[in-house]
Amino acid sequence: MKFLPLVLANLGRKKIRTALTLGSFAVALFLFGLLVAIRGAFNQGIDVAGKDRLMIINRTSLIQPLPLPYRDRILRIPGVTAVTFASWFGGVYQDEKNFFPQFAVDSETYRNVYPEFAIPADQWAAFLEDRMGCVAGASLVQRFGWKIGDRIPIRSPFFGGVWEFNLRAIYKGQRAQDDLTQFWFQRKYFEEKGPPYMKGLVGWYVLRISNPDDAVRVTKAIDQEFANSAYETRTQTEAAMAASFVKQMGNIEFLILCIGSVVFFTLLLVTGNTMAIAVRERTAELAVLKAVGYSDRFVLGIVLAESLTLSVVGGALGLGLAKAFTAGGDPTGGMLPVFYLPPASLAAGFALALAVGVASGVIPAFSAMRLRVVDALRRV
Amino acid sequence: MVRLGRGAANKGLIVARDLDKKYVRGSEEIHVLQGLNLDVDAGEYVAFMGPSGSGKTTLLNLLGGLDVPSAGTITVAGDEITHLSRRRLTEWRARHVGFIFQMYNLLPVLTAFRNVELPLLLTHLSKAERRQHVETALKVVGLQDRMAHYPRQLSGGQLQRVAIARAIVADPTFLLCDEPTGDLDRKSAGEILDLLDVLVRDHGKTVLMVTHDPRAAERAQVTLHLEKGSLVESEAVPA
Repeated sequence: MKFLPLVLANLGRKKIRTALTLGSFAVALFLFGLLVAIRGAFNQGIDVAGKDRLMIINRTSLIQPLPLPYRDRILRIPGVTAVTFASWFGGVYQDEKNFFPQFAVDSETYRNVYPEFAIPADQWAAFLEDRMGCVAGASLVQRFGWKIGDRIPIRSPFFGGVWEFNLRAIYKGQRAQDDLTQFWFQRKYFEEKGPPYMKGLVGWYVLRISNPDDAVRVTKAIDQEFANSAYETRTQTEAAMAASFVKQMGNIEFLILCIGSVVFFTLLLVTGNTMAIAVRERTAELAVLKAVGYSDRFVLGIVLAESLTLSVVGGALGLGLAKAFTAGGDPTGGMLPVFYLPPASLAAGFALALAVGVASGVIPAFSAMRLRVVDALRRV
Repeated sequence: MVRLGRGAANKGLIVARDLDKKYVRGSEEIHVLQGLNLDVDAGEYVAFMGPSGSGKTTLLNLLGGLDVPSAGTITVAGDEITHLSRRRLTEWRARHVGFIFQMYNLLPVLTAFRNVELPLLLTHLSKAERRQHVETALKVVGLQDRMAHYPRQLSGGQLQRVAIARAIVADPTFLLCDEPTGDLDRKSAGEILDLLDVLVRDHGKTVLMVTHDPRAAERAQVTLHLEKGSLVESEAVPA
């Protein structure tokens, strides 16, 4: 600690340069935080996917429906413990910008398959009793300032007219990455008010199996069961289904990796250059330190300490800003329903900042370490 | 007293024997010092003079452990330093040598106090003990009221005083001064030379000084002339 004033004094020597370098770190780590949050938002479906859950969709495409009678045949397949189903509604609340997913769900079985969504018993009972009742995620309720009992009109571009719903229940998640922006309403209401061609059809099935290791066998069994029928199925684990959705939008992972790599490589060059200049312009001072008895290793250490201080302070600043920004939730108004920066990513960002600090300081530090006092003083 | 010849016994504080230093530049070998012998006793004040390129600074660097000779030995207070590793030599410098440079070489980002404290940070002294030592050193050089000043706030003479305080604060075995008045006006130079006199006379310090300035050399007890890498003349001044 007694050498800390020396480290800080050296960093304070060129205040603008230090501030700009800190700024570079802060911006890079802020961007890192955002990219992690965006990646998390895209992969949220994969992250929250239940290991024991499978999804069944029409083999042709997701928008093609499946017959409701499939439910009982699916339940008879060995290993299947519960089945539910849902249909995409695709309505608009007030304005096109107010996007959120709406599903017509089977209220009797939906929670058996999604036990992670917590709903107070009295609210759930009120939902079951009201044919026009709906359940909304806590984030969605907060976003639109809804409260229990509110009447919510949703216009349906696909099924026509304005559908009225009564908010009867609010669900919460048990994990930070749980999607709290969904809107569920009763399948019976959908059947009643929807077009005749949708009667007896559902959008997809979700089922639970007794043993996740048995997923491949169950998957094959289901698809074989409905092979050569008018509605052939494609069954996948929930995680695989979520991953295929992400893939449809392009290789987000690769894109994020590329952007992140370019940013950090640039940061490495900027910081490395700063440290190299900082060492070069005080060659004589480092030589004097050595002359009065400071070891080569100490000089190496002090240059690395400066580099690390920059990375720690700049990194903490950037990650702090990213944390504050993501704490506000989805900045896009519904496109990224789960938008947050998990603690593990904060730690990873900090480790990355430290690594850049070491990497950018190591060459200047070694050149400072190898500096010969006599040569350095001769240059003055 | 200073002896230039090769004595029978190594009794001086600083003893150099058959000292050679050569540099290789391309295919050319440049002999800076050749077969130099020197004995300096404790408490002596020695000035080295000579034309540019005569090897004065090289000799000072060798005696201060900043460089190693091509041949020969240097013994200080009974310890031969010529074969010490780089790390050991650094530790030895911290204990035994105080350096005073022509350009002061203070750290501009540190106050006078912090500059003087630098050598003490390598010791096990407590913060309070370090403060006491620094205050004493700055008092010796007459700058106890400038402790919180940064180098940019001090005059040339004051900067060199701070450098002297830094050189003496750890109570080294001897002081090496490389043109300590070379960058100062006449008045300030005189004050610095007075200060070196005080260090030798009142504090018993051993001082070896390289200078071009005859007035500075006059203050030393002995002036040695270096020519083409050899000490050729000795001039003792009665105490």
